[in-house]
Amino acid sequence: MGGTGSDQTMNLTLNVWRQKNRRAEGEFVTYEAKDINPDMSFLEMLDVVNEHLISRGEEPIAFDHDCREGICGQCGIVINGSPHGPRGATTTCQLHMRSFHNGDVLTLEPWRANAFPVIKDLMVDRGAFDRIVAAGGFITAPTGNAPEANSVPVPKENADLAMDAAACIGCGACVAACPNASAMLFVAAKASHLNLLPQGQPERSRRVLGMVERMDGEGFGGCTNHGECEAACPKEISIKFIARMNRDHHKASLLRIFS
Amino acid sequence: MNAVAPAATPARSAPNRLSRLIGSTIGLKLVMAVTGVILSGFVLGHMAGNLKIFEGTEAMASYARLLRFEPALLWLVRLVLLASVVLHIVAWLQLFKRNQEARPKAYRQTTRKEADYASLTMRFSGPFLLLFIIYHLGHLTTGTFHPNFKELDPYHNLVTGLRVLPVAVFYLLAMAALALHLWHGVWSLFQTLGAAQSKQASFARGFATIFTLVVVLGFAAVPLSIMLGIVK
Ligand code: HEM
Ligand code: FES
Repeated sequence: MGGTGSDQTMNLTLNVWRQKNRRAEGEFVTYEAKDINPDMSFLEMLDVVNEHLISRGEEPIAFDHDCREGICGQCGIVINGSPHGPRGATTTCQLHMRSFHNGDVLTLEPWRANAFPVIKDLMVDRGAFDRIVAAGGFITAPTGNAPEANSVPVPKENADLAMDAAACIGCGACVAACPNASAMLFVAAKASHLNLLPQGQPERSRRVLGMVERMDGEGFGGCTNHGECEAACPKEISIKFIARMNRDHHKASLLRIFS
Repeated sequence: MNAVAPAATPARSAPNRLSRLIGSTIGLKLVMAVTGVILSGFVLGHMAGNLKIFEGTEAMASYARLLRFEPALLWLVRLVLLASVVLHIVAWLQLFKRNQEARPKAYRQTTRKEADYASLTMRFSGPFLLLFIIYHLGHLTTGTFHPNFKELDPYHNLVTGLRVLPVAVFYLLAMAALALHLWHGVWSLFQTLGAAQSKQASFARGFATIFTLVVVLGFAAVPLSIMLGIVK
């Protein structure tokens, strides 16, 4: 994506959720973002706002980020009611200010879910995702030298599907977008990418049962098939994976009941 | 700092394992889908039966006698339907509570991208259908709410019952609610049962659309024909 080549800068009004710590109440505070270059990323725009806040001796706005390349899954802000903002298939760090207009009023909120407590301002604790992965989102394989490539044949169709699921960066936008704060898309992606591959087969049932049990235990909601998660996902992961996980879970549960 | 949770511990007894399936969000949704299949099948059959009214009094009466031919069977079907409605609602109440608790603090602003009117109103179309089912049973099954009820004369009961304009309008509103409920519900149950589908274009979406149109237009034809005086 090239720049706009425009010298025109933009002025925006930001209503930002400020919350001192996990226990604090939190409130919206309004800031002016002046002289913003349209080619800045959304996070660079916030950096500019924070520089001003720091120079005035105020507390900068806390937000998560790391790679700023759309691959690590750290960033994430709900912008005017859309996780990661208005553009599809884009993380907050890859969203550019040219997606907005001069004079826009933007509301910035953190991911809101019981299972994602706010740490500070726009930063949330996504430890629940780590605990779900720890409950089965791995394979128990001996480590050592990498095995010979192609020594385990994988049907092309499954390899492609597994790759689509593995694109999940664990940012949590699916939870943020879901009217029920459900983590089904995340869990479905993490369970499916292993359940689709030969290496994932031995622990297939245990994986889906363990991950779903942990997901429920963390206090995420259930799926009502609205499809908001796939619309918000920066990696465009399809809710077809949720159907796949449902099927895996039904099978594993029946096996458990009748075994 | 966060301790790693243990993977699913093996449950000892089969009932315990069953309760763990039913207790999960996926299991509860499975209950909604299975009972949804039963209820959807019922509304399709019920609609087809109602169309007998266009064949006249005798056809309608013999259809009613056919249903009462074996009382044990009739009560078995009624029991299955009652159980389905109860389980459908109980499972939903459980899920609804969890879903509310999952987001204690609402967003100031929400932008919906893929959720549609039908999916967002399931929680209203459902209870409206419950209200209708209760009224409808009292109206045309027991006759409690019917001013001119004749036992085993469904043609007479239908025509005199639906000639009352507010009653006919209520029936049509209920069919609108059923249309919304089925259009999302039938698509959704494919997803819940595990048949991977896309929301915009898929077999399940097409099936749900056609199923909804057939059921709802078939049902609505009866009160409309009575209102318009086509069926007297
Ligand atoms: C004519 C009777 C009914 C039929 C045919 C029917 C059918 C269905 C179907 C097929 C689903 C989708 C299940 C799934 O997604 O897997 C559904 C969902 C739902 N039903 Fe019904 N239903 C009926 C009556 C009711 C009643 C009486 C209520 C409530 C009082 C109700 C409340 C709901 C709700 C809230 C959902 C959404 C659940 C969710 O998405 O998690 N339904 N229904
Ligand atoms: S900062 Fe890494 S994905 Fe946005």
